[in-house]
Amino acid sequence: MSNSKDVVKPFDSEHDYEGGLAVIDKDAIKNPGMEPHRERMTDKSEKHEKAAARQVTALFVFSMIASAFSIYAYFAFPLSNITMGQVRLSTLLIGAGISFGMLAIGIGAVHWAKTLMVDNEVSEARHQTRGSEEVRARAVEIINLANQESGFSRRKLIRRTLYGAIALFPLPGIVLFADLGPLGSNVEEKLRHTAWAKGTRLAKDPYGTPIKASDVTIGSVFHVIPETLRERNDDGTLNSEYLNEKAKAAVLLVRVEPSVLNPSPGREKWAYDGIVAYSKICTHVGCPVALYEQHTHHLLCPCHQSTFDLANECAVIFGPASRPLPQLPIAVDSEGYLVAQSDFNEPVGPSFWER
Amino acid sequence: MSNATAKAKKGGFLAGTANYLDERVGVAGILKEFGRKVFPDHWSFMLGEVALYSFLVLLLSGTFLTFWFQPAMTPVIYDGVYGPLKGASMSVAYASTLDISFEVRGGLLFRQIHHWSALLFVASAGLHMLRVFFTGAFRKPREINWVVGFGLFVLGMAGGFTGYSLPDDLLSGNGLRIIDGMIKGVPWIGSYISSLLFGGEFPGESIVARLYSLHIMIVPALILVFVAIHLFTVVIHKHTHYSGPGRRDDNVVGYPLMPVYVAKAGGFFFIVFGVIALVAANVTINPVWNYGGYDPSPVSAGTQPDWYIGWLDGALRLAPTHLEFVIGHNTLSMNILLPLVVGILFSVLVAAYPFFEAWVTGDKREHHVLDRPRNAPTRTAIGVAGMTFYAVLWAGAATDLLATNFKLSLNQVLSTMQIMLIVLPILGYIITKRTCLSLQRKDREIVLHGRETGRIIRMPHGEYIEVHEPLEEFEAWKLIDFKDYAPTLARPNAKGKITIRARIRSGFSKFYFEDRVAPVNALELKAAHDHKEIH
Amino acid sequence: MAIKRNKNNARRSPYAAILVILAGLLVSGGGYAAANAVVSAKSETPYSAQDIKTGNQLFLANCASCHGRNAEGTKAAPSLIGVGAASVDFQVSTGRMPGAASGPQLMDKPAQFTEQQIKQLAAYVASLAPGPAVPTSNLDPTAGNSTRGGELFRINCAMCHNAVGAGGALTEGKWAASLREASPKEIYEAMLTGPQNMPVFNDANLTPKDKQDIISYLTYVQNNPSAGGDELANLGPVAEGLFAWIFMLGGIVAITIWLGAKSN
Repeated sequence: MSNSKDVVKPFDSEHDYEGGLAVIDKDAIKNPGMEPHRERMTDKSEKHEKAAARQVTALFVFSMIASAFSIYAYFAFPLSNITMGQVRLSTLLIGAGISFGMLAIGIGAVHWAKTLMVDNEVSEARHQTRGSEEVRARAVEIINLANQESGFSRRKLIRRTLYGAIALFPLPGIVLFADLGPLGSNVEEKLRHTAWAKGTRLAKDPYGTPIKASDVTIGSVFHVIPETLRERNDDGTLNSEYLNEKAKAAVLLVRVEPSVLNPSPGREKWAYDGIVAYSKICTHVGCPVALYEQHTHHLLCPCHQSTFDLANECAVIFGPASRPLPQLPIAVDSEGYLVAQSDFNEPVGPSFWER
Repeated sequence: MSNATAKAKKGGFLAGTANYLDERVGVAGILKEFGRKVFPDHWSFMLGEVALYSFLVLLLSGTFLTFWFQPAMTPVIYDGVYGPLKGASMSVAYASTLDISFEVRGGLLFRQIHHWSALLFVASAGLHMLRVFFTGAFRKPREINWVVGFGLFVLGMAGGFTGYSLPDDLLSGNGLRIIDGMIKGVPWIGSYISSLLFGGEFPGESIVARLYSLHIMIVPALILVFVAIHLFTVVIHKHTHYSGPGRRDDNVVGYPLMPVYVAKAGGFFFIVFGVIALVAANVTINPVWNYGGYDPSPVSAGTQPDWYIGWLDGALRLAPTHLEFVIGHNTLSMNILLPLVVGILFSVLVAAYPFFEAWVTGDKREHHVLDRPRNAPTRTAIGVAGMTFYAVLWAGAATDLLATNFKLSLNQVLSTMQIMLIVLPILGYIITKRTCLSLQRKDREIVLHGRETGRIIRMPHGEYIEVHEPLEEFEAWKLIDFKDYAPTLARPNAKGKITIRARIRSGFSKFYFEDRVAPVNALELKAAHDHKEIH
Repeated sequence: MAIKRNKNNARRSPYAAILVILAGLLVSGGGYAAANAVVSAKSETPYSAQDIKTGNQLFLANCASCHGRNAEGTKAAPSLIGVGAASVDFQVSTGRMPGAASGPQLMDKPAQFTEQQIKQLAAYVASLAPGPAVPTSNLDPTAGNSTRGGELFRINCAMCHNAVGAGGALTEGKWAASLREASPKEIYEAMLTGPQNMPVFNDANLTPKDKQDIISYLTYVQNNPSAGGDELANLGPVAEGLFAWIFMLGGIVAITIWLGAKSN
């Protein structure tokens, strides 16, 4: 603002001045030094001091009561046949006890510090982080001495082989992790295939009831898995392979007026009388694209809002996905059940490099 | 107190213990060094403490949970007390999470304490970072500590993600599905990394146990190491302080560690724990029993990550359509890579900012007196722009909830956010910089002419003037004490050449300091006072 | 009555209901009416000729301007022939019909007709062509299996309505309604008729037992508030994050200000 200070510092002067572009004003106002100490009410009046002391004590006593209450609350609810309402109450009461026990200690301690402890501000000198010239000289001397005594600079071969050894020694440790999961061409192969095959019946998710074409009325949506997916172990638990296969094979089955569909050449026979089946796994990052709008024929992914147009072979019309959802070619078998004509004709789910 | 001395001489318990410890670990020396160490008092200096204390609460509550949690994905039939899942097949991990919630007394409370403190840990670390940024506390000699703190924020995100994926419920399972999809989008190595991480195909039976190792061993150990470095550096540097009377770059003004800070900071730990416990006792977080066990087919509306992962999820949502390219036989998923690159680039810019600003100003002095944000207008404006960018990405993760709760179109919300991601940071920059400069001018006015009192008086010759109340010296100092920088010109070097580096640096120095308001100096103040006397 | 019967079926064997449907389908041969054979064929019509006549008058006065004088549909609104009594009952009793203003979706609001009038309207529309009937017995929300219902709900419904029925967003300003206040009858009718953009879940897709189970699950989550405390409207991590920032961190910052302030 004032002319005396509008100095433009040339770049090359930085060697002379460690402040860089900082403007040094010889007329700068000087730091006035510390403000005088102001007394608090508790310093001035004994009444206030005593009141504050009582408050702190009361808080600490309250803390003890709250902690004891928390233990009482713990034992107040039995473990057997506990209801959700009891869990709620147990959580609330134990938590309230712990919380007030802690809050009262904290508030009491701070109140003590603020009102009763001496509150004179103290100034402490701060030293530059860098060592003094003396210290730095000694450090350099130590390094040189170490170098001299070990011959680190002199013995080039030792030094370089040491670097090599240090660079290589962690590698075995990294390689050991290769067994975390299978590698090799098998990985991509698995991504390309699902549990669908020619003749596999379409079945309802999750209980595996096969679906007849006549069950699928216009406007319906069925969540579908291959009937062959063996869901349960003998003890009734889910088969562990089941989820891996389901993660690729989940399908959405929808019936619309056949005139709504616009199949591209070669895909006319993939639908059956307006019934179409599409992979439910988003081609973006793999969420289940399961939100079907009956009248717009749009499918929406709830995770990142990619929108697919069922009338146009599930082409992407909005959102971050790029590829249409893969279509499962379907037909009807002799008993009227919907079956797959084949596996998907392309990998389902998120794109990968080798796709 | 003579009484106390007498006691010590007699060899009271306290004196005895102190003596025992001193003779073995030299506790007297430690106390002499640190006992009266000075800490400046300001509310904003406690934000890092909130993060530290939430981390302690995380360690305590997390340890409690490990005694019951079983990180296995083996399927079991649930036979617990929660009705709508009785008889369902689920993983051991999910079942044990339900058991902790309903069949361990205080288990649900501690799950909620753990999860709430995780949210608070990252939130307070973020707010602490903002405080450090906007006050310029990252300047020399604290650049490295800024990077360490940034590392802690990232580790907090990692700890959170590995933690909330452990219950193997539908919500977190879909989160892992998204991570799997993102990994697969990485060129060349994607499908192999995914195979290694999940132990084969997604979801497999390994991921929960692996995340568990990371969550309870590696991430907390790294956080502890980083916290140790972070605090050790604070001890070396001593804490910064705000400008004020008597505060200089070569001192630190505040209260001594013992007793004031032991009481205040120690008490504050209990307060933070108390607040977390109070919230955990009253507000549900991550009700996993609502989501069901993980199954790749279903998904729930409103599938979102915890808040600190939100900005990355938002970046995924805001990527434009059709960014995937087929090159020969390969697929390049730019719809995944673009958000990843944006996220990484943004993080690198945040981590590297102190070094960049130091290069532009060329200031190699140590700075221990903090800037008021207005006194570094360009930095503050850059900070606001960055914050806005982050906030739009963050809000991007809630597009569906914004649409339903404000009765908007999901599609319009998303498209608007794509525009806002570019426009708002620029607007934020301009508005902030202008606001800062105006505030600085106002400060100058106040220092030179005093505060407006609203009292109008009539002078003998008929003129009306408002009485200005002059500032006290101590009060004025806060408005005067800041560092002023001027832009530089690109000058030739010793060889007579103007290097590109010099040109770029000169350009940035103009960008930073072309519009500037200098602090009031003694001459100006005197002139202003003299001028007033003429009146 | 229909529901009760199917409950009996369920007691005999969980698959009995499906067999009945399949049998019904074989007899009647596909199509909309067929899918609802189990429900509509077995429930005797509860409407009198007087109901239908009064319903027609109500229809002409309140609905015909959009749906056409014979419910044949116009550009403004779809045909109601064959939508059935269940559809009318759902739309009118939840106040979605008559629609208030044009928008991406009809809002629910207090019903504009009495129960008697709704019954008469339903009678009229049901008389036009066979369609899904209003469930005539009381749906017992505690009778179903809530575990099974939960599984079915997550697979068929949660992607739009959220895992506990808090609702969610659809495209272009549409949304899936919250089910937190929905009655068993409304839920049943919505599944059966697929109002607005909701797909139809006919009795072959979700059998009456499936529907009963889903209703049991929803009733459970409606009646049992979270064991953890306030649910934050069941909006999930976004609401949790906002709560952590605004109330937790906000509260703690307020405390730090007290902590850093000089005492008087």
